[in-house]
Amino acid sequence: MTHLGYLVAGWGIALFVLGMYGYRIVRRGRLLAASVPEDQQRWLTSSGDDGSG
Amino acid sequence: MADRNTSTSSSGSRLLGVTTLVGLVGLLLFAFVLTEPDVRLHPTTGEEFGQFDAVRLLYLHVPMAVLTYVAFLTCAVASATYLVKRGPWWDVTAHASAEVGTVFCGLVLVTGSIWGRPVWNTWWEWGDVRLMTTLVLFLLFTGYLALRRTAADPQRQARRAAIVALVAVLDIPLINRSVEWWENRTLHQQSTLAELKIEDLTLFTLMLGFVVFGMVFAWLMLHRFRVGWLEQALARYEVETAIAERHAEIETLDLDAAVGETGGGT
Repeated sequence: MTHLGYLVAGWGIALFVLGMYGYRIVRRGRLLAASVPEDQQRWLTSSGDDGSG
Repeated sequence: MADRNTSTSSSGSRLLGVTTLVGLVGLLLFAFVLTEPDVRLHPTTGEEFGQFDAVRLLYLHVPMAVLTYVAFLTCAVASATYLVKRGPWWDVTAHASAEVGTVFCGLVLVTGSIWGRPVWNTWWEWGDVRLMTTLVLFLLFTGYLALRRTAADPQRQARRAAIVALVAVLDIPLINRSVEWWENRTLHQQSTLAELKIEDLTLFTLMLGFVVFGMVFAWLMLHRFRVGWLEQALARYEVETAIAERHAEIETLDLDAAVGETGGGT
């Protein structure tokens, strides 16, 4: 396979960054979700005010 | 299974996450094993030319470039709607899509540079209009995210950010049309798909890249939106709690004063 170093670098950097970003979001979400009452977590409730109107 | 109260997950997002991971494995299989490198023969000299295995970077780079547009256009639509309706849902959506879009845009620049080194023999070309307008887009939305971090009244901050997003997104048509408007000032092809004379399996893998990275984008958006929603909910909750505590303090003081007066009178 030609250009193996470039392929590993390109795919590696992209997947690593996306993985780390996803992990960071989930971790931040866990910290916040523990501090916010359940009725404010609109994806867990059906009657939450989404403010879109 | 995650605790209901301590994560941004839901059954839908977990299903999307698992499907995305399976899709990524499938994409890697197609991108590295099942597709052929881009090797063509010169019609007169018979020499081999093309992108060779570097073409495998395009299964990643092209979908992410298109999803960068999607993210920033979503940000612009949400920002415009926020300015009209002033609903927090739109503000959180704009912020989430700007952040995810900036991550994608940064990766587009990096993977494009890595692809350009073996194919164009350069990491970066300062005179290339598409590269420069994409860099400008990245910097504009980095500025947008910096603005969102400034200490200011949340509603004023949201209004300012919405206006910045609406200005920044004007760069997207420039990026998209740059290869036609400034065709002598770019290394990019006018139409990559047509230029490659793409074959069935290569085209399928590229389309699979759009689907899989689209799912990555959707999963990140979903969780980032929920983080933004929680941040706003936490801020409201803290204000409400502080007000309730203050009311309780005042009531206690009033009660103490009343008891003092009654006690002093006897």
